[in-house]
Amino acid sequence: MNWRDQLEKLRRLFFGDPARRFAWASLALTVSLAIAPTKEFFNEWRHYQRQFFNLVTTRPNGDALKRNFESGIHQIWIPEQHVVDRCPTCHLGMKEASLSDVRQRPFRVHPPIPHSLTEFGCVTCHRGQGAATTVEEAHASTKAWEQPLLPARYLEASCGQCHLGPLDGTPKLNLGRQLLAHYGCARCHRIDQPDGSPLLPSDDSPPLGHIAEKTSREWIFAWLKNPQAYAASATMPDFQFSDQQAADVASFLIAQSAPTPGTPVEPAAGAIKSAVDPAQGASLYGTSFCASCHAVQNAAGNIVGGDLGPELTRIGSKVKPEWLARWLKDPAHYDPRTQMPRYRFADQQIGLLTGYLMNKKDDDFLANVHLPPSDAANVERGQKLVAEYGCAACHQINGVGPPKNFAPDLSRIGSKPLAQIAFAPGMGETLPEYIGGKIHEPRAGGSGLKMAKYTLTDAQLEAITTALLAQTDRAWNMPRELIRPAAHSSDNQPGGEAGRLMTELRCQSCHRINGNGGDMAPDLTHEGSAVLAAWLPAFMNNPNTLRPALIRRMPKFNLSAADNKTISDYILSAYQAPGFDSLALDAHSLDAASAVRGMDLFYTKYACQSCHIADYKKDKGYIGPPLAAVGNRRPAVWLYKMLKDPQAVTPGTQMPNPGLTDAEAKDLTAFLVTLKARENGGGK
Amino acid sequence: MKRVNVIVAAVILISSGCSKKSGIESALQPKASGSQISEVSGGKQITSVGSELPQPVVVQVNDDKGTAVAGALVSFHGDGTQFRPAQALTDSSGQVTATVRLGFAPGDYEMVAETPKTGGGATTLKLRQTALGYEQTLGKQVNDGYCIRCHDPESTTERVSNFENLTPSPHAFTDGAFFNSWSDADLIMIIAEGGTAVKKSPAQPAFGKTLTPRQIKAVVAYMRAVADLPYQPPGVKK
Repeated sequence: MNWRDQLEKLRRLFFGDPARRFAWASLALTVSLAIAPTKEFFNEWRHYQRQFFNLVTTRPNGDALKRNFESGIHQIWIPEQHVVDRCPTCHLGMKEASLSDVRQRPFRVHPPIPHSLTEFGCVTCHRGQGAATTVEEAHASTKAWEQPLLPARYLEASCGQCHLGPLDGTPKLNLGRQLLAHYGCARCHRIDQPDGSPLLPSDDSPPLGHIAEKTSREWIFAWLKNPQAYAASATMPDFQFSDQQAADVASFLIAQSAPTPGTPVEPAAGAIKSAVDPAQGASLYGTSFCASCHAVQNAAGNIVGGDLGPELTRIGSKVKPEWLARWLKDPAHYDPRTQMPRYRFADQQIGLLTGYLMNKKDDDFLANVHLPPSDAANVERGQKLVAEYGCAACHQINGVGPPKNFAPDLSRIGSKPLAQIAFAPGMGETLPEYIGGKIHEPRAGGSGLKMAKYTLTDAQLEAITTALLAQTDRAWNMPRELIRPAAHSSDNQPGGEAGRLMTELRCQSCHRINGNGGDMAPDLTHEGSAVLAAWLPAFMNNPNTLRPALIRRMPKFNLSAADNKTISDYILSAYQAPGFDSLALDAHSLDAASAVRGMDLFYTKYACQSCHIADYKKDKGYIGPPLAAVGNRRPAVWLYKMLKDPQAVTPGTQMPNPGLTDAEAKDLTAFLVTLKARENGGGK
Repeated sequence: MKRVNVIVAAVILISSGCSKKSGIESALQPKASGSQISEVSGGKQITSVGSELPQPVVVQVNDDKGTAVAGALVSFHGDGTQFRPAQALTDSSGQVTATVRLGFAPGDYEMVAETPKTGGGATTLKLRQTALGYEQTLGKQVNDGYCIRCHDPESTTERVSNFENLTPSPHAFTDGAFFNSWSDADLIMIIAEGGTAVKKSPAQPAFGKTLTPRQIKAVVAYMRAVADLPYQPPGVKK
């Protein structure tokens, strides 16, 4: 028998008569109909639901958990946010507090967050494909998927989609946004936030229109080649110029420099030469609290001091002494936008400080810089480079305007489709790695790229990446009422003659007044109600009396008696808080008996001496300000209101609200106004 | 016979496909082995979920006389934890340094460093690391703004500790031996109502009118996360 006969025999066996044909056809139909339910039965998510069912069976409250358990696809649907999330189909323990100890994936309880899980769904924060019902499709992070899962270390980016200002729980996002502002990213890139407001740079870059008065071509060259070699804390990035390019740019910058308009206030001739004693200069540097704003790198390599002004470690290698003397006399003459106050230094003091600062130099920094004389070709090439690299986006430069639409818009960078990205070789192919890699090695993606290289720590890079990942399409498509805009600062300025003086002293570099100003020092918006009329001018004459333990302190500006009075009178009358009058507290009831009760409350019931010093002989706490002379400083009404509700009087204060009764607050006030020690501290 | 050949070929093919990883591992041929592994630095660190620890973990392999062993194989592992490198040979001073990235779930991570022992077997070192989730991060922020001034005995240049000035002394939040016996409710009570509410010193102020209940709960979550000895919630068996 050959195979043909065998086949024929088989055919007859199965399809020989209509009944058999019908039977087989029915069987085939049944099987094909069964495919779909079978596939359904063996679905991945059913496997997890069975696993979960087995898990809860072993739990003490298993019966209740089983009763609550529904099999099938679980879905969070929020149409107005475009959320269709089926994640709870497998992540079944997310809302079961009784499963808090379960470590088995995917059944863990969701860690506590400030939103309920059904308010925004899952993908709003975690990304991924919400509608998918297989593990691979939901979580995959390959190019094929629009929305890869966001790695946990960037998760704060998701908060930033709606919350455009800083939040307590998102330190990384806050830092990232602060760095974006500090490094002036938005000077080249457009970075709009979903409420339509642009992200603004926080720091002014120095103007270069008069740079030749300040420094040399050699210094500019060395600085351009490696800004961090001059100052470890420099904000200026490295444009990776060749020696020739750096020399050309330096030549152009010197060539475009014009004399500062107006007549500079010159210190007396010979003042600079009088600097003979470095110890005296150091002491003046200290008592002027230059370190509140300027840092110096110490021998151990640590940068010590504030970051409001430039680091001064090698200032003597940079500036010309006659420029420095003029600068110290009147900084705004050279740079009207500077944050530096005009100290009322005597010429002899300017000489001392200039001598002291010019000694802060590093001869190695310029040792190998030997530039040939600059010619017209240098200058021309330099001007081209300055325009090409967008230097004028940050710096004022004569003859070169700020570039427009210079760099890519980053307003939606957090949703950039992976398919549109050309990944540099060796780079992980995810969006966070692209953003981080791009900032870390800006020129790695190809030739002709111009972005400069910033010196950032890994933590800073991760923070900036987090802040940029918050710039998503989802954020822009969110219902507007869900967006929480950042507080925007005002442009309030003090007025009149006092305003002119206060602008000259740059009070708002450190103090905020009516929503405008820095945050290094206390807010002065209601200072007129917070201090006594006699105290303020005395303090400005000698600011050393308050909080001597702090590093960043109010400097002594050497004000004339008339200027001091003008400013004090203005602050005391203009910066009044509402409701700080005799209606709030009847000051006559603050008698000696009340003060005795107050003292007992201070030391016994509320243990205020844990943080404050009322008596230098026995108290030690130094978290809050010393109170030994508070009776000379604070009005009774202010003390009373502060004790009753510290956060209302001084927003953001560390002082806890002790929950005093009216009588207790009155007694404590009566005690505090009796504290009138002559000196605050005596060296403590 | 032919079939056997095919099967053998297939097995070789499949196993060579799978052995990519072991191929890398086998490149690390240990030249020596020790008998103890110990921590040099990097244990008990805190980071946020999914992030690298601030400092790398450094371990050292010694022989039974306590002398450093160079060229010994050290491998790291831990649930949900990534190590770079995951395996390495000790350097000339007997040490291996690895950066560690914790997983996405907040809580404690136990990482294990393992080295083969001379004469067979392996010796291990267990290190505890902690990942802070949203709630603990919020708690840390509150801690850094308020609590740390008294409860952290360490001073920095920017922050002078008030610890030394207080009698009775506050307890550092890491002091698990002390705080682990407190229930969440008791901790919330002393933070919100002050020390006198639980018959403790009035030097602990009441923060109930200053911090929100969510912030206070977050501080407790942070204290639990940094507790050393580790905190075990009641009714949970490990």
